[in-house]
Amino acid sequence: MNDPLAKLKRWFTGGGLLWPLLGLAALLAYDFAFVDGFFRLEVRDGHLYGTLIDILNQGSKTMLLALGMTLVIATGGVDLSVGSLMAIAGAIAAALVTQSEMSLALIVPIALCATAALGVFNGALVSVAGIQPIVATLILMVAGRGIAMLITGGQIVTFEHAGFVYIGNGHFMGLPFTLTIVALALGGTSLLMRKTACGLFVEAAGDNETASRFSGLPTRWVKLSVYAFSGLCAGLAGLIAASNIKAADSSRVGEMMELDAIFAVVVGGTALTGGRFNLLGSIVGALLIQTLTTTMITQGVPPAVAPVPKAIVIVAVCLLQSERFRNEVSGWFGKRRATA
Amino acid sequence: MRRYFPLMATFAVLIVLFGTASAMYDRFFTARVVANLFSDNAFLGITAIGMTFVILSGGIDLSVGAVLAFTMTFVASMVTEHSWHPVPAISLALALGVALGGGMGFLIQRYDLPPFLVTLGGMFFARGMAFLVSAESITIDHEFYTALQDIKIVVGPKAWLKAVALVFLSLLFGAVSLAHWTPFGRNIYALGGNESSARLMGLPVARTKIQVYALNGFCSALAGVVATIYMGSGNPAMGVGLELDAIACVVIGGTLLTGGVGYVAGTLGGVLIFGTIQSALIFDGRLNSWWLRIAIGVLLLIFILMQRQLSRMSAPTKN
Repeated sequence: MNDPLAKLKRWFTGGGLLWPLLGLAALLAYDFAFVDGFFRLEVRDGHLYGTLIDILNQGSKTMLLALGMTLVIATGGVDLSVGSLMAIAGAIAAALVTQSEMSLALIVPIALCATAALGVFNGALVSVAGIQPIVATLILMVAGRGIAMLITGGQIVTFEHAGFVYIGNGHFMGLPFTLTIVALALGGTSLLMRKTACGLFVEAAGDNETASRFSGLPTRWVKLSVYAFSGLCAGLAGLIAASNIKAADSSRVGEMMELDAIFAVVVGGTALTGGRFNLLGSIVGALLIQTLTTTMITQGVPPAVAPVPKAIVIVAVCLLQSERFRNEVSGWFGKRRATA
Repeated sequence: MRRYFPLMATFAVLIVLFGTASAMYDRFFTARVVANLFSDNAFLGITAIGMTFVILSGGIDLSVGAVLAFTMTFVASMVTEHSWHPVPAISLALALGVALGGGMGFLIQRYDLPPFLVTLGGMFFARGMAFLVSAESITIDHEFYTALQDIKIVVGPKAWLKAVALVFLSLLFGAVSLAHWTPFGRNIYALGGNESSARLMGLPVARTKIQVYALNGFCSALAGVVATIYMGSGNPAMGVGLELDAIACVVIGGTLLTGGVGYVAGTLGGVLIFGTIQSALIFDGRLNSWWLRIAIGVLLLIFILMQRQLSRMSAPTKN
């Protein structure tokens, strides 16, 4: 395993990164052949512009959500509340920006702490009360949007705060600032998970909770932390979403985003059963969805019809992961070879 | 007796809520308000009944809101834009609902795929197809529909059950009989209780599982038809998040999300609780609609914690 090529190969195939990368490559190849100027990049005012940059920028919210969702799913759970938590983070930040004199350095941590605390609430329901994750996070998914509307008084709160607007629209080193946020979040999470024992704890708790607890692992704390982390990621995504449109739209922001995030994680090779995870795969999965969406927009497909190809990808990915389906397919090919 | 406790809790909450609202608002405690609970929540109730069966079998279905929207636009488009008679349009729409549900059930059963993801795919698919049929809301103007909308059964002074409420109530009686007096119903309970045991007992697990999703597909499509009668139009953006309301009603109705435990009658209680909160908010006028979401969230929390406690008490040897 010292051979770098073998290591690279294992890195691609072992972690399940091969399929999402192939999917992404196929989509990009299609764009290269059929969409004019898809790969054109230009520099204006020292900032890089182009469709590819748009995909990265637009996909930043899904990528952040997918990071948190990956760890939750790795423990065998799921977090349905992230879309509503996004709305809450946006509502808190917008309310504070417009109605108080607080500095942004205080407002951002407050909003993030609030969503992380709600994540702890999710985690407590799952790990302490022992409720199924789908049901436990359903509570905040239903009530969260109501809470966000309560904060903004049911209105769409608009703001012109330069610092806050920078989060979602600014540029850093020629690239959209959102990419810096995603890169920092991915880098930090990867380091924490792969260079410390944390990743092992998460995988152990998801693989066999009872065995992990008997071997001395505080599985309750592990679960509590991953839901808190997912809340934190959702908060970040919510701040970006609010900053993008310079407004907190509590009823619409983050709608269906939880499903996109779960989709990205599953496409990225993390199984819903837990026990194993692939952070980079989830990022690739999120980019795959965004590329699919952007491609359809550039091809003139009405945005409302866009869910149909998404549905096909989800079912295809599920089928590819199914043992029985793979056996059946290889059975067909076996027969064909026999008759030929 | 303990097995009926969640059911009693549901109806106790309903009575307390309705009583409080009656005490607070004039003219709340009337036959009219009660009758309207059934008409206004007919399509939510119908999806919740279908969802009860899916959850009893140990599964989940996220596609119901999107299937409702697809059925609405499909029927409206066929009647208004293609001049079909409503009867064949409705029949075809119901058949499509059964086909979509059965298809998802087949994938879930045969390839052992997670219901959550497959029905998520179904949701995206049906929502996209709804917008493909029509991007805009279509008004239905047909004498058959006018006749349906005029059907009323008087149940009290200024109170009547409309056609949509009658469909809801007939489906409810059908569903209760199906759950408790047919082999299919018993198979669902057995499947949700313990799939391996059900299979070892020789029950038709595979067939039952597919049938449950087909049944829910039918209920979602029927809810879509009822929604066209109720609203007089077909809207592709209708029913976003309806699946969550339906799941919430089922859980508040005392059905365990792990499957095998629960009653269709409880779901009726859940739907009526949902409707009562909504009517009370309308009567009040000062409270905003977001309180409905918060109230439902709090009720969900209370019921889930209560059920958790009950199942711990009834199984002391576990844990």
